[in-house]
Amino acid sequence: MIEKEVIVIGGGAAGLAAALACHERGVEDILIIERNTYLGGILNQCIHDGFGLEKFNSSLTGPEYAQRYIEKVTKKKIQVLLNTMVIELNENKNLLVTNHAGFHHYRGKVIILAMGCRERTRGAIAIPGTQPAGIYTAGVAQELINLRNYMVGEKIVILGSGDIGMIMARRLTLEGAEVLMVAEKLPYSSGLPRNINQCLYDFDIPLLLSHTVINVKGNSRLSEVTLAEIGKRGGIIPKSKRKIPCDTLLLSVGLIPENELSRQAGVILNPMTAGPEVDERGQTNVPGIFACGNVLQVHDIVDNVSLEAEYITEGVIDYLQGQTNRDQEISIILGNGLRYVVPQKIMIIKDTIFSFRVNEPGKKKTLVFKEWNKLIHKTFFPRVNPAEMLQVKLSREELEGVKTLKARLV
Amino acid sequence: MEKEYNHYDVIIIGGGVIGSAIARELSRYQVKVAVLEKEADVGWETSCRNSGVSHAGFNNKPGTLMAHLCVEGNRSQSQLCRELDVPYKKTGKLVVAQRAMEIPELYKLKEQGRQNGVKDLKIIGTSELKEMEPNVQGIAAMHSPNTGITSPYLLTIALAENALQNGVRFFLNNEVTSIKKGHGRFYLATDQKCFSATYVINSAGLYSDRISRLAGGERYRIYPCRGEYFILDKNASQLVNHLVYPVPQAGSGGLGVHITPTVDGNILLGPSNEYIKKKNHPASTAKVMKKLISESRDFLPLISSRDVIRSYAGIRSKQAPSSEGGYRDFVIEESSHVNHLINLIGIESPGLTAAQPIAKRVVAILNKKEKLKDNPAFTPLRKGILRFEEQDSATKKALIEQDPNYGEIICRCEKVTKKEILQAINNPLGAKDLISIKYRSRAMMGRCQGGYCLTRIIELLREKYEMLPQEITLKGRQSYLLTGYRSEGIKQS
Repeated sequence: MIEKEVIVIGGGAAGLAAALACHERGVEDILIIERNTYLGGILNQCIHDGFGLEKFNSSLTGPEYAQRYIEKVTKKKIQVLLNTMVIELNENKNLLVTNHAGFHHYRGKVIILAMGCRERTRGAIAIPGTQPAGIYTAGVAQELINLRNYMVGEKIVILGSGDIGMIMARRLTLEGAEVLMVAEKLPYSSGLPRNINQCLYDFDIPLLLSHTVINVKGNSRLSEVTLAEIGKRGGIIPKSKRKIPCDTLLLSVGLIPENELSRQAGVILNPMTAGPEVDERGQTNVPGIFACGNVLQVHDIVDNVSLEAEYITEGVIDYLQGQTNRDQEISIILGNGLRYVVPQKIMIIKDTIFSFRVNEPGKKKTLVFKEWNKLIHKTFFPRVNPAEMLQVKLSREELEGVKTLKARLV
Repeated sequence: MEKEYNHYDVIIIGGGVIGSAIARELSRYQVKVAVLEKEADVGWETSCRNSGVSHAGFNNKPGTLMAHLCVEGNRSQSQLCRELDVPYKKTGKLVVAQRAMEIPELYKLKEQGRQNGVKDLKIIGTSELKEMEPNVQGIAAMHSPNTGITSPYLLTIALAENALQNGVRFFLNNEVTSIKKGHGRFYLATDQKCFSATYVINSAGLYSDRISRLAGGERYRIYPCRGEYFILDKNASQLVNHLVYPVPQAGSGGLGVHITPTVDGNILLGPSNEYIKKKNHPASTAKVMKKLISESRDFLPLISSRDVIRSYAGIRSKQAPSSEGGYRDFVIEESSHVNHLINLIGIESPGLTAAQPIAKRVVAILNKKEKLKDNPAFTPLRKGILRFEEQDSATKKALIEQDPNYGEIICRCEKVTKKEILQAINNPLGAKDLISIKYRSRAMMGRCQGGYCLTRIIELLREKYEMLPQEITLKGRQSYLLTGYRSEGIKQS
C-alpha cells in the first residue's frame, strides 16, 4: 500500500489543473493516474482552435492547451502513472490500479475524481434499424481521424448538434467528405452558437432543428437513414419522413460523466448532472473525495474545466489541514427553469460559484436565489441557452445565516 | 474459381450452433468433415441472437422431438459447458401469472413438463414468489430450477473450436451456390471453392429450405420470424435473479417478452415475435422497442429505458407459417428424395438447448449407414479465453507477472485486458472481424459500446493481420469500418 496526500484519477484537462493547483497550494505528494499512454485526455484529439481564450487570452488548439499544463506538471515533477487503470476505489480512499508492472494498492488522503465523460451511444437512444458498420459517436470518429489518421466515410449524416458533432461536420468537410446535414431533435441547438456559425453555416451545412433519425438501413455498411421532423407535441410528423442515402452516421447526442469508480466508493450521484452531488468546493458525500471537470458536470468550454479544477483545490487544502468543521448545511433546491445547479449543498460559508444550466433558450432572464420569500441574490442574463453552462458567484455575506436556498429562473 | 474438388466424407452446410455441434460429434469418429459457413464467423445468423437459455423442456408438446431433445440437452448442458469451458448458470426460471385466469395455465405447463420428464417443477404462490423475486409482480408462478443460461455465442464458438481441434475443417465466407449429385458423390460449389462429399448435412437454419432444394431434396419452406431484444446496463442486474417469463399465449410461436439475466450480468428484455418477409433483416423497430419496455414493466416495474445500452434482433427459422402459429416439430432425417442428404429443418427454440442431442441424432443416422470408427485422438476438452476480470486478486497478480498484457485494460466497461483481446484476435477459426473479437472477448459489449476500445482494437487487428484500414470489417462482406487513410483523402470509387 502506497500512501499519497492527493491522488488525482484522470490526467485530462481537469486532472492536470487540479494537480497543479494542489501543488501551487503547497501539496508535494501528488499522484496523477492516467489510463492512456499520454496526458491531456480528450484535448489531444481536439485539434481545432478556440481553447484558452479565458485562461490564456489566446486561441489554442486542444493539444497546445494540454501542453501548457503537461509542461508544468513535468517541471514541478508531479508524479504521473501512465497506461494505468484504476479498477477499484472504495470509501476509505483505497485504490487498486493495474498496469504492465502489475497490481498496486494506493491510498490517498484526498482523492480527486477527474475521469471526464463518455459519449451517449446509439444503443442508449435506441435508434431502430439494422446494425451496420458506419455508425460512430462523434468523438470516436474524431479520434480515428485526428489521432489515428483514418477516414471514416464519404457521405455523412450527423445526428445531434452537440459541439463535437458540429466540429466533426467541419472536420469531415475539410477532409473531403460530404456532410449532408446535422439533425437536432430539439427545437434549438445543443451546441455553442459560435460552433453553429463556424462549423456549419460557414460550410453551408444545414442544421435541421426538430429533426431526428428514426431508422437506419444496411446489412453490411450503412446505406440509408430515415429522417423525420418532430412536431410540437414531440411526436413524429409522418409526412415529413424522408430517406437519405449515406454511408456514415455520426452521433453527437450527449455526454455522460463517467462515475463507475465514484459509485464503487459510495459517492452519491445527482440524477440531473449524472455527476456526484458536491458541496461548495466539490467535495462529495464521502469525506476527502472531490470531483471536478466533466465527471462532475459536462462543460462546454475547457477553460471552465481548468478553472473549476483549480477552484475545488481550496477545499482540498482545507480538508488536508483538518478544517472539516461545518458551519451549517445549506441545501440548494432546484426551482423552475433550471436543469441543474452545482453545488447541491453548502457546508462551509464562503464565496461560492454556482454553475447551472437552463431548461430552454430565453432572453432577458434573471437567476434568483431565495430563502423562502427573502431574496438572497439575483443575476440578470440578456440571453440564456441550455448549451451554455452559466455561472454566478454568491458572496459569503449573502450566504451568511441562510438555511435553504432555492434557485430559479424568472 | 479453382475447379479442383476437395473431397470430404461429410460436408456440413451452416456453422451455427447446430452445424458446429454436429461437427464436434462427428469428430469423435474417423471421418473427414468440413463445415461451410457463408458468414465470416460461426453462429452469426440465429445462434448468437437469442436469449441463451437452456430450457428445461416443459414448453414443448409431449412426444415431439423438440420436447425429447430439449430435456436431454438441458440435462447434459452443464457437462457440455464444462468440457468446452463455456459459462453456464442454473439460474432457474419463473413463469409468472399476473391474473387468476392464468393460474390454470401454470398447472397445464407443469403437467406437460411432467409428461416430458422435466424434474422439480413447482407451483408457488404470491409470498414465495415475492421471496424469490422481490421486484417481480405476479400472483403465482411455476418455478423450474433446472432452467439455465449460457452464452449462445461462446457455446457456438466453443463447439466449432473443439471440432477444429479434433480435425474438422471450417471454411468461413463460403456460401454454397450449387449442389450436384453424380457417381454417388455430392459436388458443391461456394462463391470461393469447390468441394465434393459423400454425405451432405443441411444445417443451414434460415436457409435450410434453399439448401434442400439446391440439393434436389424436399421442398420445405422456412418462415422467418423476428425477435427483438434490449440489453440493459449491468447496473440493473440486481433487479432479478431468475429468468422471468409470462404465461405463454396459446398458439403463439414464441414464449413472450421475458426477462433474462445473462451469464455476463446484463439483463435481456425480449424477444418479440413477428413474422417478416425477408430472412436477412434482423432490425429493431420503434414499435417493438416501446413494447419491450412496457411489457417487461408488467412484471418488473423498476425497469427503465434509461438502462438500455443496446438493441438487437434475431430471426427464428419456423416451419409453421403465421396463419398456423405455434410450433412444428424439428425435422432431423435423411431426405427421402436424395440419398445421403441429411436435413435439419425448423431448428428454432429450443435448438440451442438441444444442439448436442440433435447432433448425436444426426451421427446416429450416419452410423446406421456407415460403421463409423472411433477417433482415438478425440478430446472433448477445449479451453476458452481466461477472463481476467473474473479471477481472484492472487491469480490476477500472477497473470500480470506471467504476461504484462494482462495488466493493460483495453475495454474499460467490461475490464477486458489486452491479453484477452490478442487471444480473441488470434482465434483458432481465424475470424478477424470486430464482432468476432467482441463475441470472444466481451470488448465493446459494455455501456460505452466501444467508445473507448474500438480504436485500440482496430490497431491491434492491423498489427496482427497487416490489413489496410479499409480491409477491417465489422462483420465481413462490405461492412468496412474505414474508407482508408485520412491523408489519402476519401476512397476513390
